[in-house]
Parts: sequence; C-alpha cells; structure tokens
Amino acid sequence: MTFDKYAINGKILPPVERFDVIVVGAGSAGTEAAIAAAQAGKSVLLVDENPVSGAAMGNDTPLFFGGRMTAATQNSARMLEQVFASNPALEAAFEAGVDVRLGTAAWGLYRNGPAIDTLPEAMLGLVDHERSWMAGFGQLVLATGARDLVLGFAGWDQPGVMGAQAFQALLTRYDALASRRVLILGSGALALESALRAQQRGIEVAGLVEVLDTVQGPAELIAQVRAAGIAIHTGHALSATRRGIDGVEGATLVSRADGAQVALDCDTICLAIGHVPAIELLAASGAQPDDTIALVGDCAGPAPDMAYMQAWARALGQHAPGDTIVCQCEEVTRADLLGVQPPRYLARPAPMAARSLATLAADGPAHPDQIKRLTRAGMGTCQGRRCREQVACLLADATNTPVAQVPTASYRAPVRPVPLELLADWDEGQAMIAGWDVWFGIPTQWTPYAIVGTPEEAAHVSIVGGYSHV
Amino acid sequence: MSELCPKSASVVVIGGGVTGLSAAWWLARDGIDVVVIDKGIVGWEASGRNGGGCSHYQSPLFAEEQRLWPIMDELLGYPTEHRPERIIIQREQHALDHYRHVGAMCRSMGYQVDDLDSQQAQELVPLTDETCLGGIHLRFGGHANPQRTVQAFAWALQDLGGRIMQHNPVLSIEVKGGKAAAVITAKGRIECDALVVAAGPQSGMLLEPLGVNFPVTSARAEMIVTEPAPMMKIGGVDGNGLYGRQTLRGNLAFGGGPHEWIAMAPDGPAARPGSPLIRNLARRVAEMFPKAAHLNVIRSWAGVIENTPDGRPILDRLTAPDNITVASMSGVGFGLSPASGHAVRDLVIDGVCSFTDIAKLGLARFADLPADWREQRGWAA
Repeated sequence: MTFDKYAINGKILPPVERFDVIVVGAGSAGTEAAIAAAQAGKSVLLVDENPVSGAAMGNDTPLFFGGRMTAATQNSARMLEQVFASNPALEAAFEAGVDVRLGTAAWGLYRNGPAIDTLPEAMLGLVDHERSWMAGFGQLVLATGARDLVLGFAGWDQPGVMGAQAFQALLTRYDALASRRVLILGSGALALESALRAQQRGIEVAGLVEVLDTVQGPAELIAQVRAAGIAIHTGHALSATRRGIDGVEGATLVSRADGAQVALDCDTICLAIGHVPAIELLAASGAQPDDTIALVGDCAGPAPDMAYMQAWARALGQHAPGDTIVCQCEEVTRADLLGVQPPRYLARPAPMAARSLATLAADGPAHPDQIKRLTRAGMGTCQGRRCREQVACLLADATNTPVAQVPTASYRAPVRPVPLELLADWDEGQAMIAGWDVWFGIPTQWTPYAIVGTPEEAAHVSIVGGYSHV
Repeated sequence: MSELCPKSASVVVIGGGVTGLSAAWWLARDGIDVVVIDKGIVGWEASGRNGGGCSHYQSPLFAEEQRLWPIMDELLGYPTEHRPERIIIQREQHALDHYRHVGAMCRSMGYQVDDLDSQQAQELVPLTDETCLGGIHLRFGGHANPQRTVQAFAWALQDLGGRIMQHNPVLSIEVKGGKAAAVITAKGRIECDALVVAAGPQSGMLLEPLGVNFPVTSARAEMIVTEPAPMMKIGGVDGNGLYGRQTLRGNLAFGGGPHEWIAMAPDGPAARPGSPLIRNLARRVAEMFPKAAHLNVIRSWAGVIENTPDGRPILDRLTAPDNITVASMSGVGFGLSPASGHAVRDLVIDGVCSFTDIAKLGLARFADLPADWREQRGWAA
C-alpha cells in the first residue's frame, strides 16, 4: 500500500509529558480525586485555570464576571496567593506528591474514535501564560465545575450584571468583588446561599426575585435569608434596569399578578437561577465518560432544571424589547434572533423579512448551530458562554418545544480562548513540515482544464502538482 | 416544507450540499418542480464549513463562476458575503516562487495578477510584517461565506416553489425500465422524472447498487477561527500553507495541512472531531499574520470531504439509467457552486452543458480504474 505523504498519519506527535492520572479543576472534588490517586501511588497532574487573567475575566471567561472585579484581579501574584488561601486542600495535594499547576487551562481533549484514528494516544491540550502543550494520561478526571446560567433582560449587557458562580468566585476565592448592593435573581439554594454569603461579607442585599409564586430553595436556607431581613419578591419579574456611568444603578421589578412595580437601588444584579455543568471539554471531543474518563463534582451534573429555566426566560422575555441584546459579543438582538437576520454589517434584503425562527423550524427541527451561522449569536469571543441557554430558550419558545428537547449548540476546541501564539506548536515534527500541503496534495487537481489530456499536462503536474489552492 | 413526504417531483436532488442546492435552484428558475432531500440539515457538511474561496482558474466552470459571483446576492435575494479579489502571501522563497508561477499561469490565461514585493504585500496586508517576502494579488476571484451562501441557495429555492426535505436519509434508488423511477427515503417513496445525485461522500454508496461505479473517498480536514482582527481592505488573504479568509466580521478563518482518510458509514460521517492539528494551524496563522498573533483562537472545526481519484469533479449524465445526473466537485465545490448548479441544470434538461465543455469531467475517464485505487494512492481509511 502506498503512503499518502499529505495524510495526517504519523504527523501528530506523542504528548510531551504523561501521567497516570490528570485531574482538570482544583476545586474540592478535583483536589480530593488528585490526592486519592497520588496516595494510591499514581503519578498525578492537577491543573486549574485559576487564577485566570484580568483580560479573560473582562471577557467573562470562564464565568460571567460582569465587570465587577476589583483592580486586585490585575495583580497575578496576589491572585495566585488567593487561590491557595481559599483552598487549603491544595497544600495537602502538594504533600501527597501531586504535580499541581495553577493558571493552566485545559482547552482540548483528543481520543481516537469513529472518524479519527491517527492519534498516537489519548491526550489533553493544556495552556499556561507562556505556551501550550499536549499531555498524555492513563485516566482523566474532569472536575471542571459549573458555569453560569445566563438569561438576558433589558439592560443585562452592562457592567454589574453577573452570574452567581462568578459572584461567589470573586467574593470568596479572589476576595475581589466590586459590589456594594446586589439584587439576586432566583430563589433556589444557589440564590439563597449567594445572598447569605454576600451579607456575611458586608455586601448589602437589595432582595431576591422569583418569577414563580413560591420560594424555591430548601426551608432551612429560606429561614436564614428571612431572618437576615432580606426581602424575597416572589411572583415578580425584572422589567427594567437603570444605567449609570459604572453600569447598573437600579432595577424595576414588576408583579406578574397585577403589574405593580417596585423600584430598587443596586449596583449589581446577580443571576442565580442555576448553573450549567462545565462539560465542554468532553462535548467538544465527542467522547463519553468511560473507564478512562470520569466526571466528578459539579460538572457531573445535574443539569439545570429546564422547565424552571424556561419559565424564567419567558418571564424576563415578556419585558424585553426587541432591541434587547441576546449575544453580547456579536450584538445580536432578540428581534434579530427571532427573525434569523444577518448581522448589521450586511444588508437585509427584502426577502429576509419573511424569514424567522418559526419558518426555519418549519423546514425540520432547527438546530442552534443553524442560528449561530445565520445570526452569529454564540460565535463571539466568549464562545457562547453568555447566550447559549438564551438561544435555546428562544428557539424552544418560537417552536413550541420544551427546551430540554432543543439540542445544545455544539462546543468546539479550544474550549477556552487561546492566543494564536500560545496555541501554536512551535516544535512540530519534521514529518508535519515535510508533509504539509494547503489542500490535499493531489497532483492532478489544479491542472487547467484546457490542458487536461494534452502533452502539456505532465509539465504542469510536475511543476505545480498538488501544491496549490485558490 | 412540511414533514409530509411528497409523492412525486419532476426532479429529485439527493443531497442538500451547495452543489445540490444550486442545481435545484437553477432547475426551479426554469419552473421545474424540484425536491431536495438531505439526511440532515442543508449545508451541514463540507458545503457549510470551508475556506470560502471562489477563484478556480483550473475549472472549465471558472468563467461562469466569475460571471455569477458578483451578482449572486441579487439573483438569490439573500446575502452571500461575496467579496472580490485574493492575495496570497508567502514567507519562504520556494513557496513565493511557486505561487508566482501559478500567478503567471493565470496571467497567461488572461486574468490580471500582480506580483507583490514585501513592501507592497505589507501595505495591502497590514497584519503581516517584514517576514513576508511578497506574494501575488489576483485581480479576479474572491471569497464568500459558505454557511450564509448555502442558506441563501436553500431560501432562494423555496422562494421559487422548490421543496427541501431535511432529516430524511435516502435509502435507495428505484430503477424501472432503465430509468430512475423513484427515490426511497426514510419518510417515503418519491417518484421522479429525473434524478440528481449530489450526495458528496455518500454518492458512491447510493449509486453502487445501480451498477454505477462512482469513485469517491472521504477525508477529514480542519480549520480554526480567531476572534475578530482589525479589518483588512482585502479579506481574501492567505498563504504560508493555509487557505482561508478574513470574514466580514473580522475573524481569521484558516485551514490547511494534513487530512485523514476515513471510512464512511452509509448514513454519512459519524462524527467530525478535530485533532491537535489546530496547533499547527495556529502556528502558521501566527507566522503569516505576526501582528495578529496575540488574537485568541475561539473555535475549530472539521469537515468531511470527498475526493475523486484525480481530484477533479465528476459532472455527468449517466447513460444507464439515463435520467440520472451525478455531481461531485472533489473537495473544491463551494466556490464553483453558482456555475456547477448551472451545469447540472443543463445536463438534466438538455443532456449537455450549454456554456462550456465539461466532457473531460465525465465518469468515463474512470472506466478502467482498478478496484484498489484508494490503496494505490494511500487513500484507504
């Protein structure tokens, strides 16, 4: 059998380091798993992307920080200290012999499978502030936690609107939250805990909002919140926000029963409706958990309560005008999304007026990836972290489908934004360099039609060959 | 299009990729009752995921491609993001010499190509620097947005009364009296007067039971996308071993490098996982555009592409069954799509292409193809 010089076989190098066990995420579940593996005599690498850079935080990666970081987040040495201080188990991990690397993110997981069979072994792509590399593993433990569940409302695209995961991370892990008075959306355990923690740390809680008629969390937490004198506005939605020079200055709540309004002052609105397991590494790889890949902690689930999420999305949507942004990165509005309109840098010809999410869905079950490519919602630098669930909810409602039945917009590596110069493999092997072609390297592909089958063809093939593209 | 399966159509097109959709649109423009059937969603495979180049000097369809692209938005009624011209820059002398040769060849074919020295290249391509040795500036061709274009074809087809059935795999082709009489789909049987098979990687498997050898084999190719960069005046810039473009949003979208030959299941590619090749792509984009090297890569994707043994298209009307037209663009189909659909329309209606000679793209050239042609080329999965 001939060897295709331009095929990928043999060109992807083995990983530059290898561990019996790699754990991604140094929260409690990940650290515990790493220590246990080390104590069982395994070589263990524990990576965590924290402390993430101020630039990443500014781009709401990996959580929805909403611009409410203090200047301390720009000081990477201090942030590193904070990460250690907030997780004493890391010390134990060191002592157990775990190779702990902070500020190191996992951006890609690669294994051989149905449509890829040329990897020398399973490997994980890692990146720190200086370089990226591939690491091999016997077992992979994903302890990547959860990300914020973000639903939009009028004015959510301004500083001060953030997610509960980010709120708690800035509050406790980083001690770098720039909030004085917070309004919390939701009344489940996450919302109640966020309220109590905020108050303990001296942040005033303007109240909790619940679109349903009853408080959702466990009775014990509800009692604690009530005892702390925090108001819980059940049966209310958020209808408007007041904008100031530094973002949010206040919010208007509206009773879902009688339309009565409540105006509140707050510099922060914390979305605490739920959180979403951070499964993007696994999802992007197409792999499933098995003997070699395990999910532990919050990334193992459960998924957010879909019916509750949709109830919230609907309640907020009722008060969101058409120009409310859905995708902040690409500035896609609700009206754009519902009309599957192209981005504003393109003309919108007349026939576009007849197109909508509903007509798209009439052509067969619509996929959020179609909406991405038409409207660009989810195609931005935050990689859809802020709009993925909103798009799913809007698609579900536009097509009368339970949101649980709407497919998830696909995840793609790198699952964290990684600069070209860091992602680049500057030590690729000679086989990659020698066997690189722009396209397939088929010698007869680019021969001008006029000379196909003529004596000139051979000369063209020998000079240009397959090395071309246009 | 409802989920109800039509009983019949004058022409059934198997495959809602860009070639099948364009063919159907051209047929619908002539008032022909046409149905496009796809196993999934229109443009979901390589048609919607590619470099978007539209400058194919090598093709007999090239003149028609060049005529049509500038007017496609108007003809379709929906945006394609087409922009004219291309620049290919290089940072290694042998590569620059090679593309200068390609440029000279295009000039000899009557198309304007300017040679760029390093300074001129830096002026036209502000994201590069003095490591760029120079390049060529094609004053023809261009690029467009594959995803938007595929949808534009689909919508334009619907606006003309054409129908599209998505999520409906074709199971077989029914032949009666030497003609393709019907297509058996997951949702029902559709009778037809004529059939177009433009099912990409799956075409070979669909035609095999009819005794038609349609030699294609499939491979996975990969691309990466960055966050938006400052807009360059001409977005169709590539080189350094890469194909791609700057999108109208500013993203740098580039692919290239080695592919993996893969086996094809009857219902198409099972999955399209990427590989660590994105690091090698990132390196080449960073080298090509040093001033953009700090930009984040935010996505990658892989597509499955079929190739014929000589890498050239198959555009042919079969002799038996004689009402079947077959089309594969062998991995270079997006840019040529306005013209390939026209050629298919002509083959279906008139039996011959009206605007150019495509005789050398017929299946007959593979009549003596050995059974192990994939192995001979190292293309076996």
